[in-house]
Amino acid sequence: MGEARMGHGERVTARPSRLAESWRSLKVAAWLGWQIESNWTDPFLFAVYSVVKPVAGALILVFMYLVVARGGLANPLFPYIFVGNAFYIYVNGVLLGVSWAVIDDREHYGMLKYLYAAPLNICTYLVGRGVAQTAIATVATAITLLFGVGALGIKIPPGGVDWGLLAGALVLGLAALAFLGLLLGGATLLTARHNYFVGQGVAGALYLLSGVVFPLDVLPQGLRWVGKSLPVTYWLEAVRRALLGDGGNEALRALPTGTVVLILALSTVVLAVASVLFFRWAERIAHRRGLLDMQTMH
Amino acid sequence: MGAREFSIETQDLTRVFRVKRREARGQTREVVALDRATLAVERGELFGVLGPNGAGKTTLIKILATLLSPTAGTARVAGVDVVENPWEVRRHIGMVSGGESSGYGLLTVEENLWMFSQFYGMRSGEAKKRIRELLEVVGLADRAKTKIYHLSTGMRQKMNFARGFLTDPEVLFLDEPTIGLDVQTARTLRTFTRGWIDDHPDRTILLTTHYMYEADELCDRVAIIDQGRVLACDAPAALKRGLQGEAVFRLTVDGDRDLGPLLGRVDGVQRFAHAARDGHTELDLILADENALVPVLTAIQGAGARLLSLEKREPTLEDVFLRLVGRSLTEVSEGGGEPPR
Ligand SMILES: Nc1ncnc2c1ncn2[C@@H]1O[C@H](COP(=O)(O)OP(=O)(O)O)[C@@H](O)[C@H]1O
Ligand SMILES: [Mg+2]
Repeated sequence: MGEARMGHGERVTARPSRLAESWRSLKVAAWLGWQIESNWTDPFLFAVYSVVKPVAGALILVFMYLVVARGGLANPLFPYIFVGNAFYIYVNGVLLGVSWAVIDDREHYGMLKYLYAAPLNICTYLVGRGVAQTAIATVATAITLLFGVGALGIKIPPGGVDWGLLAGALVLGLAALAFLGLLLGGATLLTARHNYFVGQGVAGALYLLSGVVFPLDVLPQGLRWVGKSLPVTYWLEAVRRALLGDGGNEALRALPTGTVVLILALSTVVLAVASVLFFRWAERIAHRRGLLDMQTMH
Repeated sequence: MGAREFSIETQDLTRVFRVKRREARGQTREVVALDRATLAVERGELFGVLGPNGAGKTTLIKILATLLSPTAGTARVAGVDVVENPWEVRRHIGMVSGGESSGYGLLTVEENLWMFSQFYGMRSGEAKKRIRELLEVVGLADRAKTKIYHLSTGMRQKMNFARGFLTDPEVLFLDEPTIGLDVQTARTLRTFTRGWIDDHPDRTILLTTHYMYEADELCDRVAIIDQGRVLACDAPAALKRGLQGEAVFRLTVDGDRDLGPLLGRVDGVQRFAHAARDGHTELDLILADENALVPVLTAIQGAGARLLSLEKREPTLEDVFLRLVGRSLTEVSEGGGEPPR
């Protein structure tokens, strides 16, 4: 036995570190994600599909507010809704980009088992798969904001924006969304294709509970507490404070901005730990039940 | 060194699946896919696992490739326990499953392969060179720049085969790599596989198949499995030699007849299999010795059947399987004939 191990040891010495493997997994996955997202024969169609669609989605809600709810442009709630909607584009891009990669790789491309048999870190791989969509979401969000400033008179004077806060909040918020995607990806490992809807359900719940379109204050007491424990809530609060100078949630007004960022950071760390642990647990179950090459399409 | 080095070792490897009963809701039934399988594959071997559909071949490969947990028993690949340290195992292995069309449809053949090589940290230039060589081997060189959703299943399978060898793994698992491919391609892939292992004596291949010819022609040693159990394991020639004392005959009689009950009563008939072919009945017989042939012929005549041909054959792995299991390999493998060579 000892000899057998020694024999193999020669190759083992050249082994790359887990860290190098994780970084590689992320890089290659980001490349793959970009190929998949941008692989339109017609660049115009690509632009329409990936940017115009989310921008239109965000704007439709704004016009619903203006026309159906007869809200006014001057109402202080309007910039609140507008910014919330613009940044919500990220929720679909990052959260669903990461978690749907599990179903796509498993069932559409039949590659999940080969990825699992390869020396890669599946967690950083999945996050990497979301990078392209994050980039596209960034363009869409920026366009939406520019439209708001240019056409709808939202006041975001460049000189008044707290750029440092915006950047910090963006990094933390996107990390939180990526880890939420991983959590969802773990659940997807164990379930069939219909988890597409679960992903949308989670995105929808965030829409309602994190103060995307209406302040936490209008939620019933119980749900308000749920909202107050979600990192996405603090992310949007910090982003609004950075852009508009005001978060708009009465429930959070008492918190200094530093505290908002701190809570965002801490809740992101808690979410990260929980997501990775849950994902590893789901992986073990999937190994035990033989679910890594499950086909539930038909 | 001289000491034997095992690239793959399993000890009483067992896998039980719980499947829901259709008839009774909520109840489960247990399927034993792998039943206390013990194997030891030496470094440098091209090791075959031969068995019919459902024998447990894929289950074995999935466990060894760290995709599935065993229910009991242990397995080591490249000296590493697959349950205790799957990450380490993955650095040493490659895997190809035949009969499927996996891959990223929007990427070209070249991109699919290149991407995979990058997960292993191969240098990009070296990867591209190897990809060109391998595509030449599998006959896809002119498709390198084709997006794979344009490719047939067979072509994708060839690309997958190339992917298995691309990263130069220490232990390579090939799960029915030639299934469904045309004769010419299957032969090319077999020749390449044999050549690769001959050129790389420090590598190991475990190949599963339900084609007895493939196992016989290609493999250094073959394990015969059925219903999750390893029934025999040796070099093909040695397995066949085990039947030397016995006599193997193939008879054709007219009409589509069930001679089973009849032959079962004849002394000296060890095993038999029969198959209908072109309106006749083909019988493969393993007899204790040649003397048993006379009572067999008498019995057939007594049943009113006419003998069309009679041939004494050298034993094949098919006969070895028949001897061990009591059914023929092709009989139990659905759609299962041996492809023309
Ligand atoms: N995920 C699974 N769930 C339930 N039964 C399974 C599963 N995978 C394989 N089996 C059963 O285990 C046995 C062995 O299957 P498999 O290893 O695929 O055989 P082979 O590859 O030799 O055809 C079969 O009876 C098969 O139905
Ligand atoms: Mg199989």
